[in-house]
Amino acid sequence: MKTKALKAAFPHTLPICIGFLFLGMSYGFLMRSKGFSFVYPMLMSLFIFAGSMEFVTINLLLSAFHPLYGFFLALMVNARHLFYGISMLEKYKNTGWKKAYLIFGMCDESFSIHCAVKPPPGVDKGWFLFFITLLNQIYWVSGATLGALLGYVIHFDTTGIEFVMTALFVVMFLNQWEDHAKHRPALTGLFCALLSLLACGADRFILPAMALIVLCLSVSRKKSPKQSP
Amino acid sequence: MTTPQRILTILSVVLGTMLTRFLPFLLFPEGKTPPKYISYLGSVLPCAAIGFLVIYSLKDAVFSAFHGLPEILSILLIALLHRWRKNTLLSIGAGTVFYMYLAQTWFL
Repeated sequence: MKTKALKAAFPHTLPICIGFLFLGMSYGFLMRSKGFSFVYPMLMSLFIFAGSMEFVTINLLLSAFHPLYGFFLALMVNARHLFYGISMLEKYKNTGWKKAYLIFGMCDESFSIHCAVKPPPGVDKGWFLFFITLLNQIYWVSGATLGALLGYVIHFDTTGIEFVMTALFVVMFLNQWEDHAKHRPALTGLFCALLSLLACGADRFILPAMALIVLCLSVSRKKSPKQSP
Repeated sequence: MTTPQRILTILSVVLGTMLTRFLPFLLFPEGKTPPKYISYLGSVLPCAAIGFLVIYSLKDAVFSAFHGLPEILSILLIALLHRWRKNTLLSIGAGTVFYMYLAQTWFL
């Protein structure tokens, strides 16, 4: 039963494999270039398992100690998981002990496959979903670890390599821009953050920015109640 | 930051991340539908968070010697390349290499 589910799941994860190895490696390599041991990207990719937040955590680790910032930032950056979770309430039903792992490993990519793909006839749904999540996590953790290990042997001027994080977010921004007809939420996030940054400075703008974003989004919902989905 | 502080920071991030993943399943077990306001936030926050992240990743560049000029040039290249080829990995790779070139040659 397990082999059958694994065989059915594997082809769906192949495109993710390439992307995760590439991004995971650049994440691991970046951490190594900032002086962290490979254990950090390995464990962070295993336990956080949310790409953008892992990049952000590098910054947190390099600045002053503010664990509450980390917590709230993770809530905000990963708020999309709430939405994913709400859409997966039905699908993850009756999957037994695997349900906890499916929720733990619910990254954007696993979620998108889970949304789009149904297990073929005769394949157990729980194991099928489980292997998609597991394979994706294996790609990501391997990529991050491998990238950091490469950082020990390959040496070149890495000045500016941290821009990979900005590049990732810009491309994510462009992709969601294409995918959504309404651009107000994206622009709200962009301008509320910029305004808070200019008003409060780089070290203190995160919480005001998050509060402002939630406030603006709530106000714009009240103004146009019919627009809420 | 000391190692225990690093571990605490990572744990707080893990906790925040896991809360976003487990909360819906804890709040709405078996068929309970979430309130409209929560579903609304769930539908608009993802896009807003990406906009926030773009600014977050530029937070130090704005106040640097060049006020974000190399960053803006690289973002322009990414936007053009992404419009043209729509290849996520190509856009990220080329944008990063271009920025590294700028940061190591023209914008020292």
